Amino acid sequence: MTKQNLYTQDTIIASASAAGIGGINVIRISGPDTEDIARTVLGEIPQPRVATYKKFLNNSQDILDMGVAIYFPAPDSFTGESVLELHAHGGNFIGNNIIKEITLMGARYAAPGEFSKRAYLNGKIDLIQAEAIADLISSGTQKSAKAALNSLSGVFSDSVKDLNDQLINLRLFVEAAIDFPEEELDFLSDEKLINQIQICDQSFRRMHNSTKHGQILNDGLKIAIIGLPNAGKSSLLNVISGEESAIVTDIAGTTRDIIKIQVDIDGLSVEFIDTAGLRDNPDLIEAEGIKRTKEIIKSVDLALWIHDLSSSESFLPTNLPSDLASIVVYNKIDLIKPGQTPSPKNSKDIYLSANTGKGIEGLYEAIKKSIGYKNAGEGSFTARARHMEAIDMAFKHFLTGKDALIRDRAGEIFAEEMKLSQAALNDVTGKISSDELLGKIFSEFCIGK
Amino acid sequence: MSAMHAHKKFDVIVIGGGHAGTEAALASARAGANTLLVTHKLSTLGQMSCNPAIGGIGKGHLTKEVDALGGAMAQAIDVAGIQFRTLNASKGPAVRATRAQADRELYRAAIQRILAAQKNLTLHQDSVEDLLIDGDKITGVQTKDNDNFYAKCVVLTSGTFLGGKILRGQYSEQGGRAGDAPANKLAAHIRSLPFKVNRLKTGTPPRLHKDSLNYDLMLSQPGDNPCPVFSYLGRRNEHPEQLLCHITKTTEETHQIIRREIHQSPMFSGLIKGVGPRYCPSIEDKVVRFADKNSHQIFVEPEGHNSNEIYPNGISTSLPEEVQIDFVRSIIGFENAIITQPGYAIEYDFLDPRDLKLTLETKPISGLFLAGQINGTTGYEEAAAQGLIAGLNAQRKSQEQDPWHPLRQNSYMGVLIDDLTTRGVTEPYRMFTSRAEHRLLLREDNADKRLTTIGRKLNLVNDHRWKIFNNKMAAAEKEQARMQSIFIRKRDLTEADIKIIGSEYKKETTAADLLKRPSFSHKMVTSLSIVGPATWNRDNLYEEIIEQIQLQLETQAKYAGYIERQDREIIKNAKQETLVLPKNLNYDLVHGLSNEARQRLETNPPETLGQASRMEGITPAAISLLLIHLKKRYLDKTA
Repeated sequence: MTKQNLYTQDTIIASASAAGIGGINVIRISGPDTEDIARTVLGEIPQPRVATYKKFLNNSQDILDMGVAIYFPAPDSFTGESVLELHAHGGNFIGNNIIKEITLMGARYAAPGEFSKRAYLNGKIDLIQAEAIADLISSGTQKSAKAALNSLSGVFSDSVKDLNDQLINLRLFVEAAIDFPEEELDFLSDEKLINQIQICDQSFRRMHNSTKHGQILNDGLKIAIIGLPNAGKSSLLNVISGEESAIVTDIAGTTRDIIKIQVDIDGLSVEFIDTAGLRDNPDLIEAEGIKRTKEIIKSVDLALWIHDLSSSESFLPTNLPSDLASIVVYNKIDLIKPGQTPSPKNSKDIYLSANTGKGIEGLYEAIKKSIGYKNAGEGSFTARARHMEAIDMAFKHFLTGKDALIRDRAGEIFAEEMKLSQAALNDVTGKISSDELLGKIFSEFCIGK
Repeated sequence: MSAMHAHKKFDVIVIGGGHAGTEAALASARAGANTLLVTHKLSTLGQMSCNPAIGGIGKGHLTKEVDALGGAMAQAIDVAGIQFRTLNASKGPAVRATRAQADRELYRAAIQRILAAQKNLTLHQDSVEDLLIDGDKITGVQTKDNDNFYAKCVVLTSGTFLGGKILRGQYSEQGGRAGDAPANKLAAHIRSLPFKVNRLKTGTPPRLHKDSLNYDLMLSQPGDNPCPVFSYLGRRNEHPEQLLCHITKTTEETHQIIRREIHQSPMFSGLIKGVGPRYCPSIEDKVVRFADKNSHQIFVEPEGHNSNEIYPNGISTSLPEEVQIDFVRSIIGFENAIITQPGYAIEYDFLDPRDLKLTLETKPISGLFLAGQINGTTGYEEAAAQGLIAGLNAQRKSQEQDPWHPLRQNSYMGVLIDDLTTRGVTEPYRMFTSRAEHRLLLREDNADKRLTTIGRKLNLVNDHRWKIFNNKMAAAEKEQARMQSIFIRKRDLTEADIKIIGSEYKKETTAADLLKRPSFSHKMVTSLSIVGPATWNRDNLYEEIIEQIQLQLETQAKYAGYIERQDREIIKNAKQETLVLPKNLNYDLVHGLSNEARQRLETNPPETLGQASRMEGITPAAISLLLIHLKKRYLDKTA
């Protein structure tokens, strides 16, 4: 092999600092688009190898952060390609956001060990290190796959798999229609196909809307605490925040203003919003609070529905959004006499005491579980972000394909877009070869002369 | 032997005269090698032993690619086709494919005429019984008549003749196809060579006497009008008189008979061990596996103007002859059918194609090339494509030129050969468009654009074809430029124009861009008064070529975005794709590789990094590790 650059085609990006909270976060970009990216992010290509203080901008010229930028033109850089280093403020959120914005300019997330690999292949690292880099690639790949899987476990990864199955199924129809036009069935004008497309469309949208994982993991999760007056909503908020941020009294209907707190649960940023109690016949001031509560509920990702175990008053809220995810919380277990603990109506329900803090860990677990979050440590953000990107890409191709088929009757374009859509999910779900696809066609349809 | 073979020394010897053998011999001779074709029967050169048709989805693409490289198949079917149709006509040009019903006799005659006219080519009738091998190098062949012929390269295209076994009910006999003896001595010898040999199976339907059928009860199926042509040089007036085909179907009674007698089928009784093609199931298979379907369609295909036989496509079977008569007569229109030849299943040897290089030369024996069914494929077109590549590379090797092989990104031939050599086969391999990742690039309309220039450099394309090709490309370019220069303003449209373009025409654009819209053909756009008809130079362009140009302009416009995307992807992968892996690569030394990946790479060592990346169980991480290792090797050597 000659000394050739095998990677002239794409540009990679990653944080070069250890994950977690540090003073600065060094983001490294390497590849042929480095100069273009510098022009967008910094407004110009900085002088080579000179630390320059700059604003970091996104595609729409919004300021993402300010910090030091250093540009290393090829071949005099760590990787041997043109490299740009951005020294941003520390903390996952800022760094991740900068990386995400730069991927929209054409860079892609670096695979584990990829900077070192390029450095090595371009003769920048000496021979003895080859094996260390190989180790990094093989162990890093396993770890990152694991991290991605862990951080997206449960409901979410099930729905990605389900989506992938739906795409494969659509491809069966269209590929069979193209490769076997002399069969008796016209697969493309089959009602079933149109139905399946609609179902698949809904699945994509559901995933996009209801889980909003990418956004949640980036921006944090919003949770409303709702319930009857005096069910202990504010007490719960106080336990969570560890300080007296809401007024707690025994008079029903004390919370009229909306109170928010922001906490970190195992690396997941969560905003809890205390609300006025929902009741049917409130006085005027309280009515205003309730109206605002209902507004709030529309904007959150999850609701904690608090019940007072010591009270016989039970009440089901009306006019709540039907797709609102919720966790039922029974409060005041400390007021129940020993031996009278009620048996859970639903295994997912949470029993706790906002006064003593007992059971609060269970609530945290339930919150994480409800969005399929597990803290998978280092690298999980990047892994997750790649998956989010993959799903968005898959959806985009799906919509283009759907249009081509339904509007233009262009089956071959539909087939192409479905292939691209499914290929985008490959990263998450694994590949299906054309031969496997054909196998499915032959077992599904009676085909052949 | 006669005096004409006194020398008995050739550059290239081709064994077998089927579709692979004839294209191999023609390509080798065309490119300049002194070539000998040996076949057991000269009269069956160009024989279609299965269904009398060329083309279809994926296969039509292959046929056009063979044509673009100067092969014979498309030109032969143009003078032998008795019905031409464009399949997928309603689905967009990238997936359209030509299919032609053949007059067997005319087809054979056409191939034989082309062979006879070929310079540098000697035809010889005899059976090859042994390969002459010196160490790991082929040196020639030995025939039944105990003649030795010597050559630097040999192309073996023995079809289903290696260990061929015909089965029907309890009956079985040895044979390469009905009425022909198998090549058992050769098979035994090949089994002693270091190849992985396995069994495959295929089948044929019974043939029916054409006057014993009642066509009034069947659906008739005419060819397309205007009639398509196959070859880029083809003319409609070369076609013989066109015939009707028919479609009929099985009845509930047919299925009852088959279910009742199924135990007599060798496939179900366990007599057949080879794996048959899933896309070409026997009627027994269809009835059993898709029990809920109460009828299956049958294409009633004439075999030619002077033939009394009908090929009922869709009822291939290995049931006993008396059962065949029973169930055939339960089919609509076949009530009084006379079977002229019963159907049968045939089991045969094939060699694992992962033992082949991308040039179709075997890895264990230098100078020996394999093409066609021996590599586990099925179909005339797949055979022809391999034959051409094997014949070309035999010529190149024998004359000490660099090898050449097609790539996945430039042809279905490339897909075919890469699939075979990288992934092997588990059933007879047939081309489908879904196998190609660049389907919108690899179209029937542009096979010449993709391959003819390369073919010219490889000495496969003669002056006549080269001139026509260049005229066509020049005219297409000129018309494209004209269309780009015409801007269509709404205010310039006449009333007649609005009828064509539609009253909702808003976003004003050039004529070239208008062609991008889904329902706009070149004919439509040029009928707008502001655009006007193209001016074709009739001195060097005829009607069929002009149609080709129009189609090419349309497809280029309609798929422009996708073509660009696929082009980008191809460029991105090009370096990795063609990076050659050293032959002596020791995978044990590749640090970090998983055991599974190591095992797979050791069992079937790939030739390029691109091939490695397509092997089962090889992950992108494994490819990175290989890269690192190669770099280390290189540095070690230069250190």
